[in-house]
Amino acid sequence: MSQPLGEVEDVLSTAAAWRAAGELVAVATVTETWGSSPRPAGSQLAVTKSGRMAGSVSGGCIEGAVAEAAMKTIESGVPQLLDFGVTHERAWEVGLACGGKVKVFVEKLS
Amino acid sequence: MNQEILAALEQARAAKRPVVLATALPGGEQRLLPDPQAPAALNEAAEAVLQSDESGTHKIDGQDWFLHAYNPPLRLIVVGAVHIAQALAPFATQCGFAVTVVDPRRSFASDERFPNVAISNEWPDEAMEAFAPDSRTAVVTLTHDPKLDDPALDRALKSNAFYIGALGSRRTHAARLKRLRELGHGEEALARIRGPVGLNIEAVTAPEIGLSVIAEIVAVRRNAPLPPKTPA
Repeated sequence: MSQPLGEVEDVLSTAAAWRAAGELVAVATVTETWGSSPRPAGSQLAVTKSGRMAGSVSGGCIEGAVAEAAMKTIESGVPQLLDFGVTHERAWEVGLACGGKVKVFVEKLS
Repeated sequence: MNQEILAALEQARAAKRPVVLATALPGGEQRLLPDPQAPAALNEAAEAVLQSDESGTHKIDGQDWFLHAYNPPLRLIVVGAVHIAQALAPFATQCGFAVTVVDPRRSFASDERFPNVAISNEWPDEAMEAFAPDSRTAVVTLTHDPKLDDPALDRALKSNAFYIGALGSRRTHAARLKRLRELGHGEEALARIRGPVGLNIEAVTAPEIGLSVIAEIVAVRRNAPLPPKTPA
């Protein structure tokens, strides 16, 4: 079978396929950016409870923290709006070194 | 995201229908736009997001909405199922383009040479007529053969294609422009053709030339400053 077009960026289709195969899946989407954040609004990261990941919401700086939040959303079903930036203590911990700020919406695929 | 919304979104994308997934922040209520039931301001904002192809958060009637544009894939029409086309097609697919290779010479345009790429064995003028290039379409001619390249370029110039590129040396390109002038195209129209095609990275091999072509297409799409082509 041929790959869907634009497959590299088509995180949602990957997430939907995982969901259809019985995985518990959350999708994180960049909703706003300021400064030099590496991925534009609309960039997505899909995470499964079993630990699979596809896509990205940053240059790799906050994926770990987002995946952790995704696990909570998978458990609770409650979406979250996460705020990462240089003024945010958490961001220092996870290292958003580019100096940008991003908001990331995390939701479960039900 | 509930199953209903996901299914509707996947259906729209499969049908290549541009839609916006609107998410109320921070609550997460979602709806697909355009939707005749939705407030006019929301539909208008969705239309603007599709036009600019830039997803983002917008405050509408006091509510924050994340408007996620799902436009159909960009299209790349490659005329000439040559070696460079074989190298270009996978790069373009990776960059999100739906690629169609046009070549009436069936031994060139075969599934074996172009796995996972749409192939048209029509003559370029007929194929271009059928594709109706729009502002999300790039056209590249690679055959060097005027009877294949020229009709494709003629049709591309009459369209809104955002990128038109033609392979060939400066001398070939000058001769090509002369022929297209004779078909009635003015200087402003002819200036739309990027020739010799591709960013100048001193490309030698077919994959390197493919890379230089896709890099130039991306640069034009993203409004990167590009040096003018040296005239013949």
